[in-house]
Amino acid sequence: MAFSIKVNGSQHNVDVDGDTPLLWVLRDSLGLTGTKYGCDAGICGACTIHLGGVVTRSCAVAVQDAGDREVITIEALGGTHPLQNAWVEGDVSQCGYCQAGQIMTAAALIANGAKPTDADIDSAMSNICRCGTYNRIRAAIKRASGQV
Amino acid sequence: MTRIVNVSRRTFLKGASAATGGLVLGVSMPVFDAFGQQVAPAQPGRLNTFIQIDPDGTVTVTLHQAEMGQGVQTSLPIIVAEELEADWSKIKVVQADALPVNGMEPAAMGTGGSRSVRVNFEPLSKAGATARQLMIQAAANRWAVPVSECSAKAGVVSHPSGKTETFGNLARGAALLTPPQNVPLKAAADRRIVGKPTIRLDARAHATGAAVFGIDVGMADLLVGTVVQCPIFGGKLKALDPAPAMAIRGVLRVIPKEDYFVVVATGFWPAKKGAAALVPQWEPGPNAKNSTAAIDTAMQAALKKPGAVAVDRGDAKSAAKSVKKTFSATYQVPFLHHATMEPMNATAWVQGDRIEVWAPTQNAGRERYSIAEEFKVRPENVNVHVPYMGGGFGRRIGMAFIRPAIVASQVMNKPVKVIWTRQEDMSHGMMRPCAVSKLTAGLDAAGLPALWDNRLVVPSIAEQLTPNRVMNGIDPISIFGADAPRYNLPNQKLDYAMPQAGVPLGFWRSVPHSYNAFFIESFIDELAREGGKDPLAYRRSLMTAYPRHLAVLERAAREAGWDTPAPAGHGRGIAVHESFGSICAQVVELAMPSPATIKLVKLTAAVDCGVAVNPLGIEAQIEGGMIFALTAAMFGRIDIKDGAAVQKDFDTYRMALMPHVPPVSVHVMEGGTIGGATEPGVPPLAPALANAIVAAGGKRIRKLPMMDEGIGFA
Ligand code: FES
Ligand code: FES
Repeated sequence: MAFSIKVNGSQHNVDVDGDTPLLWVLRDSLGLTGTKYGCDAGICGACTIHLGGVVTRSCAVAVQDAGDREVITIEALGGTHPLQNAWVEGDVSQCGYCQAGQIMTAAALIANGAKPTDADIDSAMSNICRCGTYNRIRAAIKRASGQV
Repeated sequence: MTRIVNVSRRTFLKGASAATGGLVLGVSMPVFDAFGQQVAPAQPGRLNTFIQIDPDGTVTVTLHQAEMGQGVQTSLPIIVAEELEADWSKIKVVQADALPVNGMEPAAMGTGGSRSVRVNFEPLSKAGATARQLMIQAAANRWAVPVSECSAKAGVVSHPSGKTETFGNLARGAALLTPPQNVPLKAAADRRIVGKPTIRLDARAHATGAAVFGIDVGMADLLVGTVVQCPIFGGKLKALDPAPAMAIRGVLRVIPKEDYFVVVATGFWPAKKGAAALVPQWEPGPNAKNSTAAIDTAMQAALKKPGAVAVDRGDAKSAAKSVKKTFSATYQVPFLHHATMEPMNATAWVQGDRIEVWAPTQNAGRERYSIAEEFKVRPENVNVHVPYMGGGFGRRIGMAFIRPAIVASQVMNKPVKVIWTRQEDMSHGMMRPCAVSKLTAGLDAAGLPALWDNRLVVPSIAEQLTPNRVMNGIDPISIFGADAPRYNLPNQKLDYAMPQAGVPLGFWRSVPHSYNAFFIESFIDELAREGGKDPLAYRRSLMTAYPRHLAVLERAAREAGWDTPAPAGHGRGIAVHESFGSICAQVVELAMPSPATIKLVKLTAAVDCGVAVNPLGIEAQIEGGMIFALTAAMFGRIDIKDGAAVQKDFDTYRMALMPHVPPVSVHVMEGGTIGGATEPGVPPLAPALANAIVAAGGKRIRKLPMMDEGIGFA
């Protein structure tokens, strides 16, 4: 089936089954591999995107349910987003595999000038980092939101 | 011995500009595989690593070691740049392929055992120094001045007359020179990059999603498949009707093999759907009835009999006279899975008798030969590219995740990427073995162990992966860390038994140290408490022969505020362990809001890794190791039922998350010979945690994970 979805500002037509998760539309149909596969079960957060402005696990939304909501992926942050800079300056990443998902989750947390507290970070940042970079993620979120 | 060769005119390296006319040095080094076995001594014609200086000033380091998050592609270039006197901003890293370069055999490229910095420090230092000397010589030639009057700093050679020239402008001249021998290395005090916190070279690529992991490998006409292996370890595929999968749009082929099948499709989603639609019939094989309970029974039975004697030191008989009291405790840990964030995968393209593979593997050099042997092609016709790995931890070894892609590409006549689902990944690990240890101490009048007896029961990794290492019933890979506790134990015995596990075993970050530290450091704590002594003071009295270890322990204790009383309701636990050439001590401070819950307050670590090449990276690795160990201590357990792994995803194989993790401080110390950093942070955490729980008034946990013993996060 053909679907038309808006991703990072442009409209794309993809020909896949309607139950295909957005994750695999992004990765296999559109070649946007910054969004990662970790579990296909909505648990790990490696696949985090924004859908219609809401932090979403892209493995858990079928393309047929996306409607006309725009998909924003890590590729749309541009490379020098305050979070990306804070991630570099804070030397956050280890293997790096979870980090696009972490940054996309954090991006919503600091949107509109918000300054998340530790408690906000604890409750919003539910992504798994197997390498254990949680403390540096926390510090980078604070840095990017102007708290340090 | 390190050999350094000027190969400027004959080397064609991937990603490096071949014909720029710059300087290229090849370095030959001792060759290790991921098991830590030396595959070959450094040999002429066997160059592992290349340093290229281009006329535009770029310094490209082509590395044989693979990046899986441990930061090796930053720490190794630091070593080169230090001696080269390079401008750090001009450094570029390229991952070497496992393919001969102009007939020069690649290294085994084994990356593991926290070994990369340790074994490469000296050769890379020498190579950097040699390249620097060539730059200086090229400048001296140009200026017609003595070499001894010139010096190099930050990518520029200068002469007291005021003349300066950049490395880039000297590269062509240097390319024509013969490398000098035995160039002296810098004094430690003169280092300006080694020892300084350096941000990873790949930090930006990771933060933007641009880094290419194995799972991201793309090319024209690429098909995607997924694999389903017999869930029962050792079972075979009996029958498979491909029709239900073939009815799914996008599925192209079902390829049945002896003990697995691959579904190949136009993308991962149809492949996964296709695989799920099939009803394979498996021949369960010899492990059909295997279970955690059955393995446990075998472990307990082994514990009752003397095993093979691995250590027997001192004179137990005469020491027995001084024993006033005997104390004994039995500890136990379960199977664990690596759960790398990126599931297993590989991409292959078979064209005639040539096989090209993109594999996130820790063992590319060895796997290249395995591929050649198994698929009956010449090793020269096999190339293995190594993309980034989304975590390794010892899991990415062996052919199991490479083979299906090659098989599928052969059948499809196209490049095929095979990705394991998370469920497949988790149920087909190479598990950290379960282990049991019964420790017995005969305490003298001062409460110190006059006798020490450790009966260790662990299914053997070596028996499965490197059988030549099992000698006289002893697998050294199972006993490291228990064979020589760093305490004054004049009379000690260690015996060992290796019952069959019926599951694939492997190297899990820190390998036997992960459990031996838990056993020994919990037991030492129990002995201290048995005699009413402070656990730190008790250790001190047992460590007079180990001043370096004691210094690390004292540092961790001091940084954690051990000597000031913990706030009411808090408990502090301490542990120290040496592994992979480094010593790490940790203090866990926690609160127990209830007898069943803990809240971590802070974690403190001190580590002596000899030379701290990149303190920022070492801190990350130690902290990461602690969180990895925290996950295992609290939640980690793979159960076996009907011959198969029970846990299949992160819902049942839980991970520590942001709210669980307290502030962590890591204190990097320098001391003796250089040690590793990726694994030594793991072992002390579990015992320090168990000891902290007791200190906070909780019960002694002798069996992991904690969640099974009724302890969870608050
Ligand atoms: S892949 Fe989507 S949450 Fe894990
Ligand atoms: S950096 Fe490796 S999983 Fe987060």
